[in-house]
Amino acid sequence: MRIPQLSLFIENKPGRLVVPCRLLAEAGINIVTLSLADTQHFGVLRLIVREWQRAREVLEAAGWVVAVSEVLAIEVADRPGGLAELLTIFEQAGINVEYMYAFTARLGNRAVLVFRFNDLDAAVFALARAGINPVSPISLYERLDEQ
Amino acid sequence: MNSPVVAVSDNATPFHPASSLDYLPIKQLRTLQSERLRRTVRRAYDSVSLYRQRMQKQGLSPEEIRGVEDLQKLPLTAKSDLADAYPIGMFAVPLEDVARLHPLASAPGKPIVLAYSKRDLETWTELIVRCLLCCGISEVDIIQNACGYHLFADGLGFHAGAERLGARVVPVSGRDADQQLAVMKDFGVSAVCAPAGYFLHLLDRAEKMNVDLRKLPLRTGAFMAEPWNEAIRRRIEESAGIKAYEIYSLPEFFGPGVGSECSCQDGIHIFEEHFYPEIVDAATGQPLPEGEEGELVLTTLTKEAMPMIRYRTPDRAALISEPCVCGRTLRRIRRIARRSDDVFVIQGVTVSPSQIEAAVLALSGTLPPYQIVLAQENGLEHLELEVEVTPQIFRDQVGFMESLQSKLAHEIEHTLGVRAVVRFIEPHTIERSGGKSKQVIDRRIT
Repeated sequence: MRIPQLSLFIENKPGRLVVPCRLLAEAGINIVTLSLADTQHFGVLRLIVREWQRAREVLEAAGWVVAVSEVLAIEVADRPGGLAELLTIFEQAGINVEYMYAFTARLGNRAVLVFRFNDLDAAVFALARAGINPVSPISLYERLDEQ
Repeated sequence: MNSPVVAVSDNATPFHPASSLDYLPIKQLRTLQSERLRRTVRRAYDSVSLYRQRMQKQGLSPEEIRGVEDLQKLPLTAKSDLADAYPIGMFAVPLEDVARLHPLASAPGKPIVLAYSKRDLETWTELIVRCLLCCGISEVDIIQNACGYHLFADGLGFHAGAERLGARVVPVSGRDADQQLAVMKDFGVSAVCAPAGYFLHLLDRAEKMNVDLRKLPLRTGAFMAEPWNEAIRRRIEESAGIKAYEIYSLPEFFGPGVGSECSCQDGIHIFEEHFYPEIVDAATGQPLPEGEEGELVLTTLTKEAMPMIRYRTPDRAALISEPCVCGRTLRRIRRIARRSDDVFVIQGVTVSPSQIEAAVLALSGTLPPYQIVLAQENGLEHLELEVEVTPQIFRDQVGFMESLQSKLAHEIEHTLGVRAVVRFIEPHTIERSGGKSKQVIDRRIT
């Protein structure tokens, strides 16, 4: 259910972002989705890759500092109000969404979003009470493959 | 190797005869010091032209130094004197009586060499034994010696002292962290001698490899040189589950062995029958009233090959005369902030990198590679601290990283009163020469 996400520290200057991407390309590792948070001087690149352990090894071997954190992939109805309904659950449970981004592919008529919470267990619990199951990594990758 | 030695607590360590000199009655100690000082001054005057010329210039004869109360009459000696006298100008014995010549790893500039007579080496070994005993290390211990054996005298000193003590010594020197940790585990190492900064590196590595040092028999660490402060001590003691002591190391004398903390961890006892301590005003060279902080000046009282008279150490300290709870009569110096060669002045404030390290450690619990850049913008000076991102400080939340950056800047501004900007940079980007990064880069227009 929990999906490992790799994060990299990158200085905010030309030519830096391509380096880790190229390393993963050379290792034959596909980036399923990613997000880049930026500040004036640095950015944090977050990656979802299927072979996260191998990707981590490749990046660390090249000297990158890699943090692994767990995120949830949650399906959201692709219609007005779909996301707001989901966020209401967290709002009511007092859970903070640290950040979120989307998968490029959709599953059927639903979008899939990546969520990073301040309290992951509380988020899973709140979702379960609302009858929502986050997408497991296995089913996520299987369903993405089918497309 | 499967049955590590049972740890013995400090209090249970039986009294060792080598420690007896730590407890000399003060009156007797001063008499001994005065007698040794007279002999040292005489020999220095007779055999080292630098000392003789300086004393003659002041119209001072060796006879006028009757005891430690006359010490202030003597001129001060500086590190530059050692460099100027290179290679043998400071030797007070003929070359055939020199048992060891140790070139000192010095900052770029002129080389320095240390000379020891046979008796000096013997003295040094005894001093290390006393250091180890001060830290509660005894003959039952297995000591991992992670100090360098070449260029620095530290490794050799600890080695000889640990063997003399009758402990088992594992000479690993500066081997890589994984090997150090393997030795620690496999041999049931109970005590470690290391530079504090290097041990912090070992702690980081252990954490990464999921090795919990608290579960190993390791119980004592004797640390020296490099930056050290209470924040570093706390981190070391908590993460390694040990008692961490500072040993005062002065490369220009012996290296380690000049002084050591005792079980009270409240100041470093100077082995006074060998080294006479004074505190002087760094600017004027004038002695400061007792208890005031200033430059630590030491005079060797027994060194044969290279006597050092009123040597200006690179350290700031205050001298404590009050008796220590441990019962030693040896005076203590309070926490030394090493005035490294990297000291700089910015916005009129004198700053040592160790002050900045203390701020980084206090906030992040680790000391990542860093570099200080002194910059000037529109005529205004400011300090930039570039910190390499390590796994210990990196988080995927931008907010966390930004807040750590600004907290660090705030802490530095608060402690130094100097405008500071902190910037995280990618790992392995600070240029290192010979394994060490240059700490301070001055980009100001001068």
